Amino acid sequence: MKLDFNNTAEPIARLIEEFNKLPGIGPKSAQRLTYHLLQSPQEKSEELAKAILSLKQDLSLCPVCFNITDVNPCSLCSDSGRDHTKICVVEDPADILPLERTRKFNGVYHVLHGVISPADGIGPDEIKIKELLMRLQDGAVTEIILATNPNTEGEATAMYIHGLVAPLGIQMTRLARGLPYGGDLEYADDVTLSRALEGRQQL
Amino acid sequence: MTEQPRSYQTEAIIIRRTKLGEADRILTLFTPEYGKLRAIAKGSRRPGSKFGGHVELLTHSLLQLARGHNLEIVTQAQTMNSFLPLREDLKRLSSGLYLAELIDAFISEDIEDRDLFDFVIMTLKELSTAENLDTVLRYFELHLLHKMGYQPQLQTCSGCGARLYPGTNCFSAAHGGVLCVECGFDEPAARSISVNALKVLRLWQTCDYATAYKVNINQELTIELESVLREYIRHVLEKQLKSTAFLDMLRH
Repeated sequence: MKLDFNNTAEPIARLIEEFNKLPGIGPKSAQRLTYHLLQSPQEKSEELAKAILSLKQDLSLCPVCFNITDVNPCSLCSDSGRDHTKICVVEDPADILPLERTRKFNGVYHVLHGVISPADGIGPDEIKIKELLMRLQDGAVTEIILATNPNTEGEATAMYIHGLVAPLGIQMTRLARGLPYGGDLEYADDVTLSRALEGRQQL
Repeated sequence: MTEQPRSYQTEAIIIRRTKLGEADRILTLFTPEYGKLRAIAKGSRRPGSKFGGHVELLTHSLLQLARGHNLEIVTQAQTMNSFLPLREDLKRLSSGLYLAELIDAFISEDIEDRDLFDFVIMTLKELSTAENLDTVLRYFELHLLHKMGYQPQLQTCSGCGARLYPGTNCFSAAHGGVLCVECGFDEPAARSISVNALKVLRLWQTCDYATAYKVNINQELTIELESVLREYIRHVLEKQLKSTAFLDMLRH
């Protein structure tokens, strides 16, 4: 929707329009943010502008794991305290943070930057699967943990990678799929429940 | 105009999903009474969501929907069939995803067609168990085309109406069927179709799934049937479906 800027100074109109393009920001919030910046001191706006610029200028993809990073290679890949024989494969850079918070995984990551989604025209060549296979060539990796999302596209991607990596004889595991903590059995679907039953564990 | 209820129940197959905002999804539903619908499943991307796997792609679910301004809102969801074996095999799953894209492309909003819905459910069951997935897909394409009013003309020449003679004939997507050799000669976009392919297609037009499986189809014929129907579907839809690329990739 085009916003109507009758009689509004051009710089104000421009910033409102830019804010309005951001997710979750409607025309009213965009207006409020713009007038807020207008009334706050010059340095505040400069800091914001610099932060936005540096986001693109100073960040790049780690050439090893394709996580977003400001150093080359990223801090996870260059950490010698981590176990480089285990690779956890995730869909997006944002998936690393919750996994790191668990403190249960001390290996390294591989970010696919998407999942196979045939109807959207996203096939294996559109995501970083070839790059994962390259990392396996030197034979140092002993385990791959597939941590793609437990939904149709995530499963398809995991199965596809499994098909490619299985012949190499590397151990492959998939994050357990079952009932979420804090969930409710009553609302569980059959796929989740069947997998929870299949993966049940001795107490 | 009669007042429509604010909330209603429907069976649905989830044929497409897109992310919305932080934790929501927009679902494209194929339903027996309302054709294609779009609905928001709020919070369905959170792990503890009550919708969870009930609104996964290719799930047959019973949904309670509330009327929204643009999109319906899912308020309750219960799986009727999750086609579990379909999800555990990449070839079956990718065939299912192709089927979903096909339905999305062919079905328009607001059509009521219980038979078609039941046929899609039956096909998803077949895709979960059948040995020859290519046969299931070709059979489905053929019957979907028929139900949508694009049944290919396979009995007589669709150019001059003449009887077809056994031997190689032509297939023309633009004519919507088979052409005799003379008509095919005048039609540069037509392709050849073998007598075996023609026989198989004719049989499949009239038989059920169980009979369709009995036909023995070699690799060459599989590829021919696929490319004839794919070409015709591309002509009808005026676009190439995207998920075919992944199916082709898995075959090689």
